[in-house]
Amino acid sequence: MALNKPYKDIPGTTIFDADQSRLGYHLNQFCMSLMRADNRVRFKANERAYLDEWAMTEEQKKAVLARDLNWCIRLGGNIYFLAKIGATDGKSFQQMAGSMTGMSEEEYRNMMITGGRSIEGNRVVGEDGDAQAHRQPQGRAGQGGH
Amino acid sequence: MARITASVYTSHVPAIGAALDAGKSGEPYWQPVFQGYEASKAWMQDNTPDVIFLVYNDHATAFSLDLIPTFAIGCAAEFQPADEGWGPRPVPVVKGHPELAAHIAQSVIQDDFDLTIVNKMDVDHGLTVPLSLLFGQPAAWPCPVIPFAVNVVQYPVPAGRRCFNLGRAIRKAVASFDQPLKVQIWGTGGMSHQLQGPRAGLINREFDQAFLDQLIADPATLAQKPHIDYVREAGSEGIELVMWLIARGAMNDSPPRVAHRFYHVPASNTAVGHLILENT
Repeated sequence: MALNKPYKDIPGTTIFDADQSRLGYHLNQFCMSLMRADNRVRFKANERAYLDEWAMTEEQKKAVLARDLNWCIRLGGNIYFLAKIGATDGKSFQQMAGSMTGMSEEEYRNMMITGGRSIEGNRVVGEDGDAQAHRQPQGRAGQGGH
Repeated sequence: MARITASVYTSHVPAIGAALDAGKSGEPYWQPVFQGYEASKAWMQDNTPDVIFLVYNDHATAFSLDLIPTFAIGCAAEFQPADEGWGPRPVPVVKGHPELAAHIAQSVIQDDFDLTIVNKMDVDHGLTVPLSLLFGQPAAWPCPVIPFAVNVVQYPVPAGRRCFNLGRAIRKAVASFDQPLKVQIWGTGGMSHQLQGPRAGLINREFDQAFLDQLIADPATLAQKPHIDYVREAGSEGIELVMWLIARGAMNDSPPRVAHRFYHVPASNTAVGHLILENT
């Protein structure tokens, strides 16, 4: 019998459970290696060559090279591990979190200052909140703006 | 005998530590956050404990995916502030209390909680940011600290009910330690926040305030709240709040005195919550 996973119907959210962890083991351990300064230097010098040292899938490597955190998470990445890539790039946690919404850095920051994202419409897939799939990307990017 | 005198609850947002370390605590963005801890710092000066038992979570720092302990107790004599990728925080080394930690481990394991004993570990912002918020920037932390790391990174994390009962076991363990120590227990993390996916930036004030109310007045019922309620209502990282139930379970059964309560949005991506409860 399959395990009960009641968190599968939360919009815009991937829960890092044992299955995701299994998928993402090598991806996340690559991220972990970036906690060492000498590894950060080697990675930045030749990202592709550094990634090829890890038993990651080709798609995981592409997702890292693209710095597409939503893609990384779908492939088993966990945000606390992926944050090591952001640290290597000199990004703050807020910049990383914001990048997954499609909003500009300023738009995301302003959303937080004005109280954060509302829970209304964002509890269950199928509602009409701003985190729902049919409303991506968010911010001006979703309105055809630049 | 040792006894638990009070419990302290606070968010442990990394950006708070970064702001303090960079001398930005007076900036308009950060000033309301640090202002909310001024009364707590004064209270702490009058109520400095002999030991702090600090419940927090490691954020892929000491524990990678090679080893994922649900509950890990730091029994070492000292713990270094970790380099989380931005360089180590410029804060004092954390001195442990190996005798009390070993005593608690022995007692709590015999009460059916499987603790992982850690004799070597660096500590990340989850532990050092709460110390900074309550003690500021001293040359040395004013007392020893026992780090107690809880897995809230890989799901499933321990249930609120289990955390609350673990707190009770810790209370019993402290009470049987044969030295007259005043011990505080701290529960950290939360409150509502989500750091990933298109729902990143979620904040739920109503959930947070109700959580604080119930943590004070009716923690046994709060402990029954299922994981899915935290994740759905308070965000995927809001699940950290289960750690507050460990600290609350370690308090006496009689109603506590609320010495301080504070709530503010935002600190970076997160709602900051803070409570000090005294045993009466």
